[in-house]
Amino acid sequence: MSITLAVIKGAAPMATFDPTQTNKISFRPSRFLRRIASTVSVTALGLLTMLLFLLPLGYMLSTAFKQDSQLSAQNAPLWPAKPAMFKYEGKEYPLYDVPTEEGVKRLVLIQGYREDSDVYDPARPEKGVFNVVGRWRTWEPIYEFSLTSDNFIKAWNEVNFTLLFRNTFAIAILSTIGTLISCIMVAYGFARFRLPGKNILFLILMGTIMLPSQATIIPMYIFFTKLGWTGSWLPLLVPAFFANAYDVFLLRQYFMTIPRDLDEAAMMDGASPMRTLVSVIIPQAVPAITAVTLFHFFYAWNQYFEPLVYLIGKEDLYPISVGIGRFVQTYTIYPGRAAATAALTLVLPALMFFFAQRQFMQGVVITGVEK
Amino acid sequence: MSAAQAVSLVSAKPRTSTLRRREISWGFFFLLPWLIGFFGFQLIPIAMTIFLSFTDYKGTSEFAPGNFNFVGLDNYARVFSDIDAIPSMIVTLKFALIGIPLGLIIPLYFAVLVNSRRLIGGNLFRTLFFLPTVIPIVAGTIIYRGTLNANSGWINLLLRWLGVADPPRWFSDPFWAIPALNLLGIWGVGNAMLILLASLQGVPTELYEAATVDGANAVTKFFKITIPMISPVIFYNVTLGIISAFQYFVPAMLIGGLHGDPQKSLLFFPLHFYRQGFSFSDMGYASVLALILFVASMIATAVMFFFAQRNVYYAGGD
Repeated sequence: MSITLAVIKGAAPMATFDPTQTNKISFRPSRFLRRIASTVSVTALGLLTMLLFLLPLGYMLSTAFKQDSQLSAQNAPLWPAKPAMFKYEGKEYPLYDVPTEEGVKRLVLIQGYREDSDVYDPARPEKGVFNVVGRWRTWEPIYEFSLTSDNFIKAWNEVNFTLLFRNTFAIAILSTIGTLISCIMVAYGFARFRLPGKNILFLILMGTIMLPSQATIIPMYIFFTKLGWTGSWLPLLVPAFFANAYDVFLLRQYFMTIPRDLDEAAMMDGASPMRTLVSVIIPQAVPAITAVTLFHFFYAWNQYFEPLVYLIGKEDLYPISVGIGRFVQTYTIYPGRAAATAALTLVLPALMFFFAQRQFMQGVVITGVEK
Repeated sequence: MSAAQAVSLVSAKPRTSTLRRREISWGFFFLLPWLIGFFGFQLIPIAMTIFLSFTDYKGTSEFAPGNFNFVGLDNYARVFSDIDAIPSMIVTLKFALIGIPLGLIIPLYFAVLVNSRRLIGGNLFRTLFFLPTVIPIVAGTIIYRGTLNANSGWINLLLRWLGVADPPRWFSDPFWAIPALNLLGIWGVGNAMLILLASLQGVPTELYEAATVDGANAVTKFFKITIPMISPVIFYNVTLGIISAFQYFVPAMLIGGLHGDPQKSLLFFPLHFYRQGFSFSDMGYASVLALILFVASMIATAVMFFFAQRNVYYAGGD
């Protein structure tokens, strides 16, 4: 026993022996350069991938902040911009890059005709307005960076965002409460109690992950219609109070890592299992509970199919997803407004994710890896 | 002490069984929400779906005896005469055939990239690769509709800049509409990436060190060590990917409407189901379509499990 220990102790420094450490000491330039080169190329590859991956977000922001006319204009830049103007004798005229005999000049277009135009050269005001030959439509218009908030204002006026946000929050908060109560209970049951047939029940629970919602929605719809619940939030809220496989799994995995000594001690002191759950398990499982809360919030924010089926026609009850669904269709007519709507819809989940990313990503890993 | 022990020994048997009974009843009490939900919202509804599949029930009338007739296997036979049923299955299969490999390769690439010691700012990359996953699907669909616009979309501007004279018309072209949705699907790889990343970090470094000593290069190490070691997670992701690909239709409906435009190229099988059941209120026939989807998901899962038993390596020997 002591020999093995000694061997392990002796081996420990060997195990952490890192060949790269010696490089630092011996300064072999070729190795060092190669490492820099690979760092640069991997990071460059990463940046390129990220650029492509987030390209649609750039498109969205740029489209949301520009006038729709810029999308169809020839030679317009990708960023939000407007034609640069020059004030001449109290009126505004557009600027163009004009090819002339003396090279390309930046001129003010006062009046354009078919084959020639009246222009003004800001660099040589003494010439006044003069005529140049050449089609002005072929000239390069000058753009300057300019953000417009028009799309956001129009989108805000057209879509009742306050109502949609309020509905979404109400649905999300109520169904999250249901999910937390039910999933914590069920996860505790699976994590801590020796029950006949528990393993089979757990397998069935996990099996429900592959159950398509289509397989149950028609009878559910009939059932909720019989109860008079369609056209209300109840079909979206009530099932949340009866647990779901993902969140139960996440919580159960977490509960199993909490040492049993703690709840056994509470039981010894005469605490009921319910009491133990509330005062021992739940305080220990805050990270997992946070993750479930976040997941469910995002789920509710994203939910489209069920609200569509149960709330169809009841526009004052729509959550955000259903409320903005028609903008996908009107995109072709008002791209800027559609992009602004998308931006307004995603900003809150994106912010929430940034603030709670650690809990969120940990939760994803718990549900996925420990299978 | 010994007296107390004696007492507890004497009363041991009845007390344990009381405790045991108490444990069982408490345990089932805690499982109750799920048990009720499973029976009420899953098991009984599936039985009902099977029942409805033999009827001509229309959603427009109240569900009551007299409002529907038993039609035997008519609804099942109708699948073969329905001009949209088989084509919509093909649409779903096409989407799945592109989407499933993509849904493995892209997150694996992201995970390997983020896991690389040579990447500066790995955590920032991880956050940004994950970010689009939290974007609501409707917002994402609006954004992709614009980004993949044939004329003003940035993807085609990029392709033209790269020298592609005639880039795809994406959502306007029946051939490219499905791949366009697959591209939109790439925005949802965040979960898979995180799970793969965590399992990459769990591969024991000794394995790589030993392989390096044996002279293995990076590619060999990736395919002979990394892939087998993370195969349980790959299996999990692919299984979930198949199931969700089978159920996929919301972005398709948002873009192509109920007809699956252009030219029914986006008429996914679940969209066909939704149309039959909720637009045409033909709930009897729609139940057959729902059952097909259910059975297909079960078969796919079973095949995956069969495949996994032979090809997935579990480090624990499990």
